[in-house]
Amino acid sequence: METKIKGTAYVLGDDVDTDQIIPASYLAYNPEDAKERKYFGMYAMSGVPPKQAGLPDGENRFVPEGEFETEYTIVIGGRNFGCGSSREHAPLAIAEAGAKVVVAEFYARIFYRNCVNGGYLLPCESTERLVEQTHTGDECEVDVDAGTLTNLTRGTTHQLKPLGEVTPIIEAGGLFAYARQTGMLEGSSPGS
Amino acid sequence: MGKPMTMTEKILAAHADKAAVEPGENVWVNVDVLMTHDVCGPGTIGILKRQFGPDARVWDPDRVVIVPDHYIFTADDKCHRNIQILRDFVREQGLKYYYDPDFVTSDPSMPNPYKDPTKTSYKGVCHKALPEEGHVRPGEILLGTDSHTCTAGAFGQFATGVGNTDAAFVLGTGKTWLKVPPTMKFVFHGELPPYLTAKDLILAVIGQISVSGATYKSMYFAGEGVSSLTLEDRMTLTNMAIEAGGKNGVCDVDEKTLEYVRARSNVDQWTVYEDDAGCAYDYEHEWDLGTLEPLVAKPFSPDNKDTARNCRDVKVDRAYIGSCTGGKITDMIFAANLLNGHSVKVPTFVVPGSTEVHADMQRLNLQGEAKAAGEKSIQEVLEDAGCSLGPSSCAACLGGPEDTFGRLNEPITCISTTNRNFPGRMGHKEAGVYLASPLTVAASALTGHVTDPREYVTEPIATGTAGVA
Repeated sequence: METKIKGTAYVLGDDVDTDQIIPASYLAYNPEDAKERKYFGMYAMSGVPPKQAGLPDGENRFVPEGEFETEYTIVIGGRNFGCGSSREHAPLAIAEAGAKVVVAEFYARIFYRNCVNGGYLLPCESTERLVEQTHTGDECEVDVDAGTLTNLTRGTTHQLKPLGEVTPIIEAGGLFAYARQTGMLEGSSPGS
Repeated sequence: MGKPMTMTEKILAAHADKAAVEPGENVWVNVDVLMTHDVCGPGTIGILKRQFGPDARVWDPDRVVIVPDHYIFTADDKCHRNIQILRDFVREQGLKYYYDPDFVTSDPSMPNPYKDPTKTSYKGVCHKALPEEGHVRPGEILLGTDSHTCTAGAFGQFATGVGNTDAAFVLGTGKTWLKVPPTMKFVFHGELPPYLTAKDLILAVIGQISVSGATYKSMYFAGEGVSSLTLEDRMTLTNMAIEAGGKNGVCDVDEKTLEYVRARSNVDQWTVYEDDAGCAYDYEHEWDLGTLEPLVAKPFSPDNKDTARNCRDVKVDRAYIGSCTGGKITDMIFAANLLNGHSVKVPTFVVPGSTEVHADMQRLNLQGEAKAAGEKSIQEVLEDAGCSLGPSSCAACLGGPEDTFGRLNEPITCISTTNRNFPGRMGHKEAGVYLASPLTVAASALTGHVTDPREYVTEPIATGTAGVA
């Protein structure tokens, strides 16, 4: 697990639901097909209404039209990030686009679980609301061990909550790796 | 005698082989049934093979239920391909419970829908098909790769949605880890007035506690206002637990539950759990049904509550009656009784929640009883009122491919019996969706603006034996 992630921030608001993160029309792609999987990157966050896309100004696409990768590594959200459907395609899409970490006030349960068990993204929780004090494009650094998000552009440091009881699963790289490490599943995974 | 426990705590304890569990505790549990569908099945199967090898076997072929339902009526060839992945997996694993859309071929064009809903292996929306086909029972743990899996909690079981990785882990091992949720209790006192349905009750709950008010928690629906409901209508309550962030939703098991399960279950035994006297609730709220008004959730959030009455100036371009939330036979009976003898003023799309619902719409009269010769069926009443009827599937509830029946492809306003109205949920990002009961949606379809159904409904609407017999 990367414990220090430095990159450009992409800021969203509250209740960003899974239909905004990856609209249902793209769920026909099979994430287990390598060629199709990259389209989840292309369409990550494409359901966010333009005015809320990359706050405070909006009108910032997460992934440029026709491309597969984002310039943003750190997604900042408000309350209830990832609410809505159980689609694992949501954290997968954000990760496939190239982002590494989400920092939100708190998460919808299934999205959080999918981040952890699927090993896609680090789902960090902030101890204060960051949505208004961070601007899309700010250079930030998340230090998991120190439990901080530093906004290098604005010279501010914010505390994150500890990852807590899911830390061993995150450190292992997901549920399957964790189950193998702890002896619950035998052997190594044949496909990875 | 240990500490008093809730139904949810007892179910999780029993499946973890423990005498007791506490909210906040993480437990490994044995799963009774794992459900997946065409949108998440291919990904789940892929992870199973990647993790357990190409010869991986599911832990118990009789405990896996596969219900294609999302993207069935579309010309998108990837969707047809996904159904074929499910078919191949079912054959390879010898799975007993699979409900094939037998009319979908490899031909890359819009499939011709089933002609007779009683003569297809296809069942329609998974959350409706699961109880109909005998896969839900009190006391069990059901996991599904769909957030509305919580619907089955209406039958006194623990049911929740999971992602592909979790589902693949269950497929291979029969187990998962769960954090025991604390329980919130919602009590409805009094008799349900004829102008309200279960949808108004759950919109009241979500409006009260917000779309994240039950995050990581169990939602227990109780009181005479719940016990007087049919199982179909209780499912509307538990179905939308996820819209408050809930991990699961439950209703008490009573004679109605047992009648339904005895008639349907493909397993003979189950265990009924109930909340112990004196068990701890994280939150409690009570409503008197006499004071509750028909409600809507305005765009763009299921907790954006208002009364239908206050929104009377909102013009609607379309009405939609369907989904696991509002496409059950009782929903169709409510809408048909209101629309009977009238004509809709805006395009009104009707999508049965399952092929059984569709068959019942053809078989039953407005009172929910087998129709006599010369009597109109529910389907005929709806069609005579000018509604467009589509084949059963998830359809426009979640937008789906552009050619999906009823999808909002333009930035219009729709009033709908479905479950979510976040931006883009039913298609276009700027289309505004008002969530409402089948009565409020039907009343609004007649006037072309958001309409309180009290303008039309004065007498109680009987639903007969619909959904049980």
